Amino acid sequence: MSSALRAEVGQIDVDAIVVGAGGAGLWAALELAREGIPTAVLTKLYPTRSHTGAAQGGVCAALGNVEEDHWEWHMFDTIKGGDYLADQDAAEVLAREAIPAVIELERMGLPFNRTPDGKIDQRRFGGHTRNYGEGPVRRSCYAADRTGHMILQTLYQQCIKAGVKFYDEYHVVDLVFDGGEADKGGRCSGVVGYKIADGTLHVFRAKAVLLATGGYGRAWRVTSNAHSLTGDGMALAWRHGVPLQDMEFYQFHPTGIVGTGILLSEAARGEGGYLINDAGQRFMESYAPKLMELAPRDMISRAIYQEIRAGRGIGGKDYIHLDVRHLGRKVIEEKLPDITELARIYQGVEPISEPVPVQPTAHYAMGGVPTNLETEVLADARGNVVPGLFAAGEVACVSVHGANRLGTNSLVDLLVFGKRAGIRMAQICKSTPQPGSVQGAERAVRDELLALSTRPSGVRPAEIRRELAALMMDNVGVYRDEALLGAAVKGIAKLKGEYANVRVEDTGSVFNTDLLEARELGYLLDTAEATAVSAYARTESRGAHSREDFPERNDAKFLAHTLVWQGSDGAPATKLDYKLVTITKFEPKARVY
Amino acid sequence: MASATQVELKIQRFDPERDSEPHWQTLTVPVEPMDRVLDLLTRAKELFDGSITFRRSCAHGVCGSDALLINGRNRLACKLRVEALGRTITVAPLPGLPIVKDLVVDMEEFFDKFRSVQPYLVAAPVEGDGERIQSEEQRDRYDDTTKCILCAACTTSCPSFWAQPEYVGPAAIVNAHRFIFDSRDENADTRLDILSDENGVWRCRTTFNCVEACPRGINITKAILEVSSAISARR
Repeated sequence: MSSALRAEVGQIDVDAIVVGAGGAGLWAALELAREGIPTAVLTKLYPTRSHTGAAQGGVCAALGNVEEDHWEWHMFDTIKGGDYLADQDAAEVLAREAIPAVIELERMGLPFNRTPDGKIDQRRFGGHTRNYGEGPVRRSCYAADRTGHMILQTLYQQCIKAGVKFYDEYHVVDLVFDGGEADKGGRCSGVVGYKIADGTLHVFRAKAVLLATGGYGRAWRVTSNAHSLTGDGMALAWRHGVPLQDMEFYQFHPTGIVGTGILLSEAARGEGGYLINDAGQRFMESYAPKLMELAPRDMISRAIYQEIRAGRGIGGKDYIHLDVRHLGRKVIEEKLPDITELARIYQGVEPISEPVPVQPTAHYAMGGVPTNLETEVLADARGNVVPGLFAAGEVACVSVHGANRLGTNSLVDLLVFGKRAGIRMAQICKSTPQPGSVQGAERAVRDELLALSTRPSGVRPAEIRRELAALMMDNVGVYRDEALLGAAVKGIAKLKGEYANVRVEDTGSVFNTDLLEARELGYLLDTAEATAVSAYARTESRGAHSREDFPERNDAKFLAHTLVWQGSDGAPATKLDYKLVTITKFEPKARVY
Repeated sequence: MASATQVELKIQRFDPERDSEPHWQTLTVPVEPMDRVLDLLTRAKELFDGSITFRRSCAHGVCGSDALLINGRNRLACKLRVEALGRTITVAPLPGLPIVKDLVVDMEEFFDKFRSVQPYLVAAPVEGDGERIQSEEQRDRYDDTTKCILCAACTTSCPSFWAQPEYVGPAAIVNAHRFIFDSRDENADTRLDILSDENGVWRCRTTFNCVEACPRGINITKAILEVSSAISARR
C-alpha cells in the first residue's frame, strides 16, 4: 500500500533557513553566504522558476542617470502612492537603499539597458515623479521588459558562485516553534520540508528562519500570479499565532489580458502607451489629468471600472484598450518585446497594428507578515519581535507600500529587504545558540497531510478553489462594500467547512502534486479570510481598498495598520488590532495626480 | 477550432510505485477558445484524474516549468495554443531525461551541467560607488542569450545529447555564451576550456533542433558556433 508520506524523517541542522528562492530569498542567502553562515534555501520550485522572474518593467532607484532625481522624491512618491499608509521610516530605507542595491546588481552582472554613455538606462513608470509630483520622472532601471527575469537569474548565478546550499522542490509545510506559539512568546526554530520527489518529511532546525514565499494572487479568479502563489508563508505564520497586517490592501493591476489575467507591464504605458475607452477617448484625463496613464495602479483600475459601469467599455463589455500603435514598430519591438509576444500568444492580438483588450487583474499583496525595518517578524502592535522568524519581499509587510504599491517598488522591496534580512539573520546567528533537537516536530503536519490523502471520499480541491476564486473576484475586488464583504466572510467560512472534507486522489509518495495543491488551497483559504475580515472592518477608502459605502479616506480613525489574528480551533478570525502609521517627513494630504 | 468543444488528450503516464513501463491515457477534454495545452492538462487533472502529474508555475512562458514533448516537439505547455494542434494532442515528458512520474523528469543532471560552465559574472571589484560602464553595442553582443529560462526544451531536443548524455548540451552553452561575450566578464578562458573538452561544443552537429525548440526564440546554434569559433581563435 503506497502512502503520500514515507515513514522516515530527515533531520538537518543549519544556522539559517530561507524559505523561497525568489529575489528576496536569494539576496538574503547571498548575504548569509558572505558571512559564512551555514544556510539551507528551500523552494517548492527550482529557484529560477520563482515569480520574481515574471516582473517586466523595471526597478526604480533615483540614480539620476538621464535626468535629475533624488531619493527623497522616490520616498515621497512611495508614500503618496500608498495613500499615506506606508511607514515613512520604511519608505525612506526603501528609497535610499534602492540606489546601492541597483548598483550592486549591476556589479553582479545584471545586463541593464544602457544610456548612450554606457550608464544604466532609466524610464518612466506609474506614480514616479520629479520634485514631489510635478510630472513623470525617468527612474526605472530596466533590462528590456524582463527585468525580473534578469534579477532572478543574476542572484541565482551569484548564489551558485557563493556555494549556497539549495533544497530544490522541497515544499515547506510547517514552521517549528519552541516554547509556545508566536503569540505565547515562542521562538521559531525551524521548518518542516516535504521533499516532493519522494514524499519524505525533513525537519530543518536553525537559529533564524526567513519567509520569502511571495504572495497569494491565486485566491482570485483573474490574476497575474503564478500557480505557485498560494500564500504559504503568510498562512503558516498565521497558524502559529503571528498576526497578518494590512491584508485588505490588495492591488489590482490595470492591464491584465482579458480572461487569463496575464500581465501586460506598466512599461507599455511608461514608454507612452494610451488607455482608450469605447469612445476612443484617453479617459484618464478625467481622473488624473497630470499623470494620465502613469497615475498609480489603484486609481487606474478604479477608472477602468467606472468607464465599464458607464457603458464605455469596448463594445459595452468589461474591458478597455491598451494602445501602443503610435509608439511605432521599433520601440515596441526593442523596448517591449515580451509584452508584445504575450498579447500575440494569449490574446491573438498584434499590438503593432491593433489595440490590446485589457482589464484589471489581481496582482500584489501590500499586506502580509508584519516586520520591522530589520525584517524581524512582529508579534503584535507594540513591536514585540517573534524570535527566530524573519520575512521579506511580498510575503512581508514592513510597510513600504502602504495602501497601494507603486510600479517597480515590489522589486525594490525584495532587493532592499532581502539584503537586510540576510544581514540581520547573520548577526542573529552569530549571537544565538543552536536550538536543541526536538522529537516529533513533524508530527502535526504529518497527521494533516495523511488526513488529506487517506480520506475515502470527499470534495475535489479544484471545486473549492474555483468557488473561492470567484467569490474573491466578485466580493473582494476593486470596489467593496459591507454587503459584499460580509458575504465574502461567510462564504469563506463555508468553504473552510467544506475543505475539512477535501479529498486527494493521488495516494502515492512520488511527486504528489494533488496532495500539495490541496495543502496550498488551505493556505489560500486562510489568506482570503484574513483579507475579507480586515476589509470588512476598515470602514474607509484608502489606496487599493475602496469602500463604496465609505468613499472617503478617514485619517482620524484609520491612519493605522490593521493586524488580524487567526481564530482559535478553526473559528473565524475576530481578533483585530491597529498600529499607528509612522510619519516622519510628509504630513498626509489629499491624493491628487 | 471554432466549432470544436473538445479534444482527445493522450497523456503518457508512469507511476514508479505501480508501473514497470510508461503507458498512455486518453481523455476527452472540453476546450475553450484561447486554451493552451497547460489549460487542458489542468482541466484533465481537475475533472477526471487528480493523479495526473506535471510541473507548472507562471503559466505564461517565463518560468520554464512546463516544457514537454507535445505532438512530437518540445514546447512550453503554457505557451502553446490548443487550436494550433488539431483534434488529438499527445503529451509526453521531455526526452532523454529520467522520468520521475508522468510528465515530470529529473532535472538534476540538467542543472548540474548548467552550473558546470560557471554561469556567473567573474570580475574584479569596481572602484567608487557607481556602475560599470558598458556601451549599448557591448550590451547587445550577448542580449540574445540572456533570455534563457532553463526550461531544458533545447537540450532534450538535441540528437547529440540523446546519443551522448554526457554532452553538456545547448542550454549550458547558451549560459556560458551569455558571460563569454559580456565585456565586463574576466573568466571567458576558463569557460572556453570547459567547453572545449570532449563533451563540450564539438558535439554540436548543427541540426538546429534547439533553435526550433527554444520558447524564447534564442538563436542557440549561432551562440554555440560563436563559442566554438572563440575556442578555435585561441589556438
